Amino acid sequence: MRPGFVAVALLVLKKDLAIEFKSREIVYTTLFFAVACVMIFSFAFVMEEGIPVQGAAAGILWIAVAFSGTLALGRTFERERYGETLRALLLAPASRAAVYAGKLFGMILMMAATEVVLTPMVAFFFHAPFFARPMLLVALLALGTVGFASVGTLFAAMLVRTRTRDVLLPILLYPVTIPVIIAGVRGTAALLQSPPEEPVATLWIGLLMAFDVVFITLALWTFEPLMTE
Amino acid sequence: MITFDNVRLADVSRHFGRRRAVSHVTLDARSGDIIGLLGPNGAGKSTIIGMLATLVAPTAGSVTYGGQPARALRGDDLRASIGLLAHELYLYPELTARQNLDFFARLYGLQTSAVVPAALDTAGLSDRADDEVGGFSRGMRQRLALERALLHEPRLVLMDEPFTGLDDAATGVVRERIQRLSARGAIIVVATHDLDLADGLVTRVAIIRGGRLVADEPAAGGLRAHYRSMVGN
Repeated sequence: MRPGFVAVALLVLKKDLAIEFKSREIVYTTLFFAVACVMIFSFAFVMEEGIPVQGAAAGILWIAVAFSGTLALGRTFERERYGETLRALLLAPASRAAVYAGKLFGMILMMAATEVVLTPMVAFFFHAPFFARPMLLVALLALGTVGFASVGTLFAAMLVRTRTRDVLLPILLYPVTIPVIIAGVRGTAALLQSPPEEPVATLWIGLLMAFDVVFITLALWTFEPLMTE
Repeated sequence: MITFDNVRLADVSRHFGRRRAVSHVTLDARSGDIIGLLGPNGAGKSTIIGMLATLVAPTAGSVTYGGQPARALRGDDLRASIGLLAHELYLYPELTARQNLDFFARLYGLQTSAVVPAALDTAGLSDRADDEVGGFSRGMRQRLALERALLHEPRLVLMDEPFTGLDDAATGVVRERIQRLSARGAIIVVATHDLDLADGLVTRVAIIRGGRLVADEPAAGGLRAHYRSMVGN
């Protein structure tokens, strides 16, 4: 019996994780890049007295998430380009939307792994009270990651056979995901106020949810026609 | 899986921007046929294979499977009837031979315990089953890729340069495999440059030049001389 939507998505995810577990290429490169990004910002924004510039932490966190996420997207699909395995996935008698969902789950996990290291690091260097409202922060990061990865996975898959994919991916991705990044930054900044502005953060969480629903629906709907040459 | 006894390209064209990769090609393939799709580099062979595999949509014309156009059939049912061995091998080099076959077998809903060991055995890779594919020679990868493409016993078998990287013994095994598939009733389309290997294997010859079909006839030996008369050196 052919596997259903969830089974296919989990198969693709398991395969991606098995490859990553062996090579550890994406986790190491994105982590290194994200940490370097935060370090460089810390040199610029932390004053000699060790006091950081007010309000920079939220932006720096999301810049590091977005840039390292873009790097991970490129590398994930570079693997599928080598040997043209993406075509093999598209040729399988499985829902192509499920293939997309599997790739998306993998991207979310890889970005989450980076964020687990990144968030305490930004909190430490920029004296940011990220963990004053941990559930709200987790919700912002999770929803922002899903929104960013859902668009990024679609675009990276579309561009996989394009020669200029490394240039085109950020050019296409950032303008479309700007609402997600703005919502993430504004929501996180609200949590850093003293006292934390919970209603404002909740509002941005609601907006992120709406963006995610729209982006995922559009991506699932358009993946099959966009992937047919 | 859908069962069909013929596949037809009906006046099919495919343009990529202003470039005409395939132009007004009509081609029929029936159960048991081994069609040799021959032509120089860039003639449009891979595009035709891609259209038959449902991976490339025709700009004009239609592809029918058992008289039904692709769009009238359920995409996943149709794809379950198609096996494609492409020039790129569709294998993950980081995974072992067993993991590659296991992944694709599950994707096709097959019993892995039954099909994977058999496929490894047919590929002559049982003793290397747990080695990463990235460490294999081209010939070993080609054999593995062939078995990956045939795991689900497809009705339509599409092969793009199936003899690349194979030594003499492996070439013989692949030829035999293709003939067995044909005897079983599969429809086989083989795109190749290797006229000597195609000679005596294919039952029909379709020669493509500049995206156009310039010959479609039963194979009658002397393939190289015939090909040169149609395409030139």
